[in-house]
Amino acid sequence: MNVYPVLVALRRHKAPVILTVLQIALTLAIVANAFSVIGHTIERMSRPTGLEEQGLIWIMQKLPAQSGGDDAAAIERLDALQRTDLETLRKLPDVQDVAASTSIPQLGGFDAGDISLDADRKGKLVRAAYYYGDEHLRATFGLHLIAGRDFVATEIQHGHAGPGSPVVIVSKPVADQLFPGGNALGQKVYQDGKPATIVGIVERLQIPMSEGRNSSWVLNSVIEPLRADVLWAGYVARVRPSRTAEAIQAIHKALFAVNPMRHMPDGAGIHSLSEVRARYFGHERGIALLMSVICVILLSVTAAGIVGLTSLWVGQRTRQIGVRRAIGARKIDILRYFQIENLLIAGGGAVVGSLFAVGLSEWLMSHYEMMRLPPFYVALGVVAMLVLGQAAVLVPARRASNVPPFVAARSG
Amino acid sequence: MDDTGKNEVFTYYLELAVRSLRRSPGLTALMMLAIGFGVAASMTTYSVFRGVSADPIPWKSSHLFVPQIDAWGPEHRENGEPPTTLTYVDAMALMRQHRAFRQSAIVALFHSIMPPRTNQDNSLIEARGYAVYSDFFPMLDVPFHYGSGWSKDDDASQIPVVVISDHFNEQMFGGGNSVGKTIAIDNNEYRVVGVIKYWNPQPEFFALLMYQRAQPDFFLPVTFVVANSVITHADCKDGPYSGTDFAALLRSDCVWLSYMVEIDNPTAVGAYRQYLDAYASEQQQLGRFQWRANNRLRDVPAFLDYQHVVPSNTRLSLLVAQGLLVVCLVNTVALLLAKFLGRSGEIAVRRALGASRAAIYAQFLTEAAVIGAGGGLLGLLFTAIGVLEVGVVMPAHLAALARIDPTLLMLTLLLAVTATLLAAVYPTYRASRVPPALQLKTP
Repeated sequence: MNVYPVLVALRRHKAPVILTVLQIALTLAIVANAFSVIGHTIERMSRPTGLEEQGLIWIMQKLPAQSGGDDAAAIERLDALQRTDLETLRKLPDVQDVAASTSIPQLGGFDAGDISLDADRKGKLVRAAYYYGDEHLRATFGLHLIAGRDFVATEIQHGHAGPGSPVVIVSKPVADQLFPGGNALGQKVYQDGKPATIVGIVERLQIPMSEGRNSSWVLNSVIEPLRADVLWAGYVARVRPSRTAEAIQAIHKALFAVNPMRHMPDGAGIHSLSEVRARYFGHERGIALLMSVICVILLSVTAAGIVGLTSLWVGQRTRQIGVRRAIGARKIDILRYFQIENLLIAGGGAVVGSLFAVGLSEWLMSHYEMMRLPPFYVALGVVAMLVLGQAAVLVPARRASNVPPFVAARSG
Repeated sequence: MDDTGKNEVFTYYLELAVRSLRRSPGLTALMMLAIGFGVAASMTTYSVFRGVSADPIPWKSSHLFVPQIDAWGPEHRENGEPPTTLTYVDAMALMRQHRAFRQSAIVALFHSIMPPRTNQDNSLIEARGYAVYSDFFPMLDVPFHYGSGWSKDDDASQIPVVVISDHFNEQMFGGGNSVGKTIAIDNNEYRVVGVIKYWNPQPEFFALLMYQRAQPDFFLPVTFVVANSVITHADCKDGPYSGTDFAALLRSDCVWLSYMVEIDNPTAVGAYRQYLDAYASEQQQLGRFQWRANNRLRDVPAFLDYQHVVPSNTRLSLLVAQGLLVVCLVNTVALLLAKFLGRSGEIAVRRALGASRAAIYAQFLTEAAVIGAGGGLLGLLFTAIGVLEVGVVMPAHLAALARIDPTLLMLTLLLAVTATLLAAVYPTYRASRVPPALQLKTP
């Protein structure tokens, strides 16, 4: 079918057509950017951290101790409190394994640094985050050890948290970035100029910091064999997944039985990893949900707008349609006419909308911490608009195609 | 025309509008729903934004300032900014030199507290509070139920006194005037000198800069707390304070004291700025700072803005919702235009019968206003649902800040009607340009 007559007819309705093109363009721009935010959230929420999260419990508390005093003695006091806690937890029937750990993925990190191949940091530097924990940490986390060994009890130091242990376990990306040849195991690396031997490599371990600006090294982690003697101490415990709720209660009871003066305020305490995860992603999930709701309304309004406008036009053109039918146009020709008309409008909207979408993304990037809009979402928006337009136009176009030829003969 | 005449004409237009809208019920419903949704999305997100970004202390925020002194140097700056809290050395120097009208160092504290009447099961109360100076209470207009804050002398002589919230008073003593009773916190006995009425400004602008569910439970004197080393949190250049060597912490460049000053006139603000710079330069001369003075002195609104306390996501949702409203309006313009132009015949007849352009304007704007009012009522309903259900997509303590009040309802209606009338301006203009004679020829 020839597009020309459709174009000529559209030129007679310039203002409503331009407005509809504008509406479709705006819809596309907003929907593409919102989809990108939603997609990014889903991607982050579903990315594995490397931990076996089922049956993992995170314990964060202020130890029952006074701050201060002589440094060395205070450190020993804190360490004794931690060791007592860990032994207590290990004896619980529900607890399969337990470890000291300063952090868990995404929860806000302790610290990060650069790993180098030489003591004076002249050569290659690989950014990584530090986990401080004991010989049970790897197993309790449920990390997959792909090369080397775990720490042994005699390698575990304690004291101030800081990189510089003589042996470390690294995540695979750290190993690969330092030693592209794949021979990282047993090699010597430097942390702040202090030498360390890589004794083990785990397949995956996400950094404890939130992703934000750290997205380029989000899987670069190093485990240091060190029980950090800090007033705010963290433990992880592995329990049977089906007994998680009971285990949390048992842990709470056992710890407070040892010493009731410990402190677990809002934000700390004893939680399953799924709870921690839900709390961490709660806000983002909410925003994604809100964006989804707004997108659904937006698409509905635009679809309904197309239905309404086409219906109006069908009503206004009933006589012309009758004439066309009377001089030999088939039903399918009338249907096609309205479909092509809509394709032109939606197509125009899609072209303008793609530009709007990119412009909006640029503006958002300069005002908010947002990433660039991937072309995929622009394409998705274009397809969505074309499909939406065709679906919306179907009902009024059908009605138009059912206009009987004799309408033309009536005087209206 | 007299008033009754005007009324009659308006009633007539209203009748015409209703008749026209009834002729195409689907289209009418569509336009009203679109306006309703657009307005409700905007107003719901606006109510959250308004709640979250409200000035926590509007009558005084422009007199309250947060001084920042760069104790870390250029390598540790982010965007050239000094740390937002002070080292003990600097905070004490500012307290001692006492150059503002009122001033207080402020430190967040967390404690497990044993209530005096031991109950059987869960005997400890998880409490949070602040260590402050005596100026804190008058500076922030903290309202007292019983008693008052402590005196400057109590600060100086490190007296163990405590001011508690009414909620904490209820928990500990079952309410009532508890001035004179004692509370044990970490092996120290504190004497209650004041009980605060409900006071919970959001966000907690004086220290944590976060939205909190509940009000702080207690306030202790910084001087006593430091003398008894009850500090557990500090940011140091190489990670958090480990909580072991307290004497070293006091000498260190770790930052852990929030600081607020009240300056009551604009000239004094400039003077205080100069004073801060002079202090930093003096520290440079003493060799403590190896860099030039890099201080800040922001008032509370500017400081909250700089700290991005309002979650950028709430701003973003507001923006997306406004985008939705714009699309809904464009939608309405297109539909009204198509509809009005489709009635060229009717317009031409009315023009030929003597109706002026102004009359056509009045008639079609009335029709648009009816749509706007309908959309506004739907918008009210959807906004109410939206604000009540916003907890589904927002953390509870932020959602709680979103409230429905008469202002919000009025704004919703006003937005709907204004937006629809604006949307109707161009379609009405086009309708009014329909020439009478030409259209009379065709049916």
